[in-house]
Amino acid sequence: MAEKDVIIGLEVHVQLNKLNSKLFCGCSTKYHDAPPNTHTCPVCLGLPGTLPVLNRRAVEYAIRVALALNCDIQGETLFYRKNYYYPDLPKAFQITQYDFPLGLGGAILIKGEDGEEKKIRITRVHMEEDPGRLVHAGTIDRAKYSMVDYNRCGMSLLEVVTEPDLRSPKEARSFLDKLRNILEYLDVFDGDLEGAMRVDSNISLVGGERAEVKNISSHKGVEKALAYEITRQRSARRRGVAQVQETRHYDELRGITVSIRTKEEAHDYRYFPEPDLVPMRIADWVPRVEAELPELPDAKRERFVSDYAIADDHAKSLTSEIRVANFYEDVAKRAPPRLAAVWIADVLKGELNYRDVTIDRFRADDMVKILDMIEKGTITEKGAVEVIRTILDHPGDPSEVDPAGVVEAKGLARAEDDAVKVAVRAAVEESGQAVADYRAGNDKAVNFIVGVVMKKTRGRADPGEANRLVKEELDRTGRA
Amino acid sequence: MIAMLRDLKERLASGASAEEMVSSLFEKIKRSQLNAYSNLSEDLALERARKFDLAPCSGLLAGVPIAIKSAISTKEIETNCSSRILGGYIPPYDAHVIERLEEEGAIIIGKTNMDEFAMGTSTETSCFGSTRNPWDLDRVPGGSSGGSAAAVAAGEAPCALGSDTGGSIRCPASFCGIVGLKPTYGLVSRYGLVSYANSLEQIGPLALNVDDAALVLDVIAGQDLRDSTSVKSEGGYMAGLEGGVEGIVCGVPKEYFGEGVDPLVEKSVWEAISKLEELGASWKMVSLPHTKYALAAYYIIAMSEASSNLARFDGLRYGLRLGADQDWHTTFSEIRAAGFGPEVKRRILLGTYALSAGYYGRYYLKALKARTLIKEDFERALSAGGADLLVTPTMPFPAFKIGERVEDPLSLYMADVFTVPINLAGVPAISLPCGFAGGLPVGLQIIGRHFDEASILRAAKAYEDATPYHEAVPKEVV
Repeated sequence: MAEKDVIIGLEVHVQLNKLNSKLFCGCSTKYHDAPPNTHTCPVCLGLPGTLPVLNRRAVEYAIRVALALNCDIQGETLFYRKNYYYPDLPKAFQITQYDFPLGLGGAILIKGEDGEEKKIRITRVHMEEDPGRLVHAGTIDRAKYSMVDYNRCGMSLLEVVTEPDLRSPKEARSFLDKLRNILEYLDVFDGDLEGAMRVDSNISLVGGERAEVKNISSHKGVEKALAYEITRQRSARRRGVAQVQETRHYDELRGITVSIRTKEEAHDYRYFPEPDLVPMRIADWVPRVEAELPELPDAKRERFVSDYAIADDHAKSLTSEIRVANFYEDVAKRAPPRLAAVWIADVLKGELNYRDVTIDRFRADDMVKILDMIEKGTITEKGAVEVIRTILDHPGDPSEVDPAGVVEAKGLARAEDDAVKVAVRAAVEESGQAVADYRAGNDKAVNFIVGVVMKKTRGRADPGEANRLVKEELDRTGRA
Repeated sequence: MIAMLRDLKERLASGASAEEMVSSLFEKIKRSQLNAYSNLSEDLALERARKFDLAPCSGLLAGVPIAIKSAISTKEIETNCSSRILGGYIPPYDAHVIERLEEEGAIIIGKTNMDEFAMGTSTETSCFGSTRNPWDLDRVPGGSSGGSAAAVAAGEAPCALGSDTGGSIRCPASFCGIVGLKPTYGLVSRYGLVSYANSLEQIGPLALNVDDAALVLDVIAGQDLRDSTSVKSEGGYMAGLEGGVEGIVCGVPKEYFGEGVDPLVEKSVWEAISKLEELGASWKMVSLPHTKYALAAYYIIAMSEASSNLARFDGLRYGLRLGADQDWHTTFSEIRAAGFGPEVKRRILLGTYALSAGYYGRYYLKALKARTLIKEDFERALSAGGADLLVTPTMPFPAFKIGERVEDPLSLYMADVFTVPINLAGVPAISLPCGFAGGLPVGLQIIGRHFDEASILRAAKAYEDATPYHEAVPKEVV
């Protein structure tokens, strides 16, 4: 649905969760399965007298992302304090960037509403620290008390801000998918971890004020919340109610957004330069980080087309996730690349998606073995799909199942030629009427006989092969 | 008899008991009317002293008792900044300087009284009430490190640490007749110092003489990776004390004399300049033309940073807790209303105002520009071919009476006129006794180039060796 009157811009908070330690202290970032408040120290708890010390690797990661988003890296960049009270913020200010952010003026390509590639401009990319996490007893508006977990406090965040270039919830989602893909290519980000990406969406109708829908952590949630907002804002406009500039919360359970505050209640964050950190001169770092930048999705896609002579659609599908791309390259080295592309992009990805599991659930070795059997003709395509499904549905570790074992156990081996030939002969003998029809010039009668062959071989015969053999047999017996 | 660190170390080395020394200090402190300490660490100190007696350790401060300003974090010892809001707060970690002191064998005897969160010039804003000046119990000891200075002057501690944001070491050193050094910004790690104004403050020693100050500085100076603004130190301050002032050019900034300065203070300082001349130095008048903007710039920057630094105190994780909890906003507002004293609230409000949208450019940014000009003043005056050191009064007047100025914050702020420019410029400065005005000590301030503590200490040592003022002892404690 093209929505010409819709204007959307995103502020995406990306956790650089592949770093080992937090942004300003040495605490481990691997807190996701840990009990609350166990990954903390005096610094990230903001105890009196503690000081932040910048994680240099976090800056490198941030430069990597800013470069991949085609931003200009600022030669000198500095941190500010953003002052506000909230229980998840133990210092009562967040160390973030304000003037002089790390990266300015980038852009990436996404698939637009019309199916064509569309450029989405990136306003800025800046670094900041993540606050802790509040857990409300009940819903946010009715909780009797809240608990706070500071494990997340001080994690490195990147804020990626777009220009208002998006025109529909679907485009917003497409942007987020592409951004996640790029971040995973850069090896700075694991999108599967909880809270890895949180999105604030600004949405307005042409001529109206904007609403900011805060803090949604799933791409699907963003798409739904924006769709709800469009309906809400349109309906308000029809009723003559003007949209005011406001902040809204997305209630995932009810699928609606609710107003939290209007512009009049907006905070004054009293930004000022963080005196405990010195300005960073990063101009010298950029060439090295740039040289080490890995291949990005668009480049990989082009290379797949030229190196492996596969279709562009397949290349696009295979590169839309770094893990799939790596899987494909691993398989393509050991199996016919075009066959591998078809089977991974068209079959395996669909089966993974259906089960909502990642490609880590499937072994490249198994794929190579399956492709080998297909190529040698020892299993049919139908049988190959069955092998893939069996491996994916195996409840334990995938290494406990072997493709050859599955073929054996399920009797999926293509029937031996002799057995097929016996079946063909018997089928022709039994199908007098169909044979007569065929001889009378009705070619379609062959299909009936092939059906009998398939029944006799319990599906293990290759249908094409059976068809050829039936015709051969008919021709042979006809001549006699 | 007030022991100086060298005597004290010699006595300990020749078998004197650290435990006895520490116990007699605690007895003296408990008898004292000064109110120099907010809390003592008796058990820990005695335990350490006993350990020392059993197995004497080596180290620059082996067995030496030391008092610590309550703004410096000490593991296991309450660190409350003389504020109700931090009542009962025991840090789970040691400040960098505390680690260094303990590595060198020092024994921490307690935390000293101070202006609440170091906001004051008299120690009167403390929630524990003012510390008294050992030279006249009706007078303030100066501030904000007033407890540290009074304790050292009265022999309740052989030496102490203070912190100096706008004069908080030098002012009380001057008022109490002892030596106090504010190091160059970055020489001493601030890790563990409860922040008042991060871009201005430094931890430094308060001691009875220049040797002791240099010794403590040798221990605490040096880079600490937990403070991004700290830098490497060359050290060797104690070793480099001798050498005199022969050939040294002292600049005398004209803006630091005249109107508002007590004539007796001025007289003592001029006598000190003559003494330095006698010892081989020369002097010339210099100008620091932007001095007149220093107070305004200082208070805007300090209060702005303070408003942000002190926002974290909400009583939820540590510190003051009132009765039953209500919703979060109400609870933390009530705790802050009850926990902060009036001067702290004033500075938080003014700082919040100065950083607010629409005022930031008019106040904070302008103050930063003035700060740059002031820094350039010092760099010019102390450039090659100019002066090697600057010599000024530390305070425009000697210690004033308790209650005399506390109701008039502006006149109290004016007292910092000769100390705050040094913090704005980030240069090092020492205050040492140079005479008396009406029976009260007068402080001489010697200012040096960035990271040139060595020259300041050498000049101070030469002056001290040639004058008797550091040997004077207040009557009350003899």
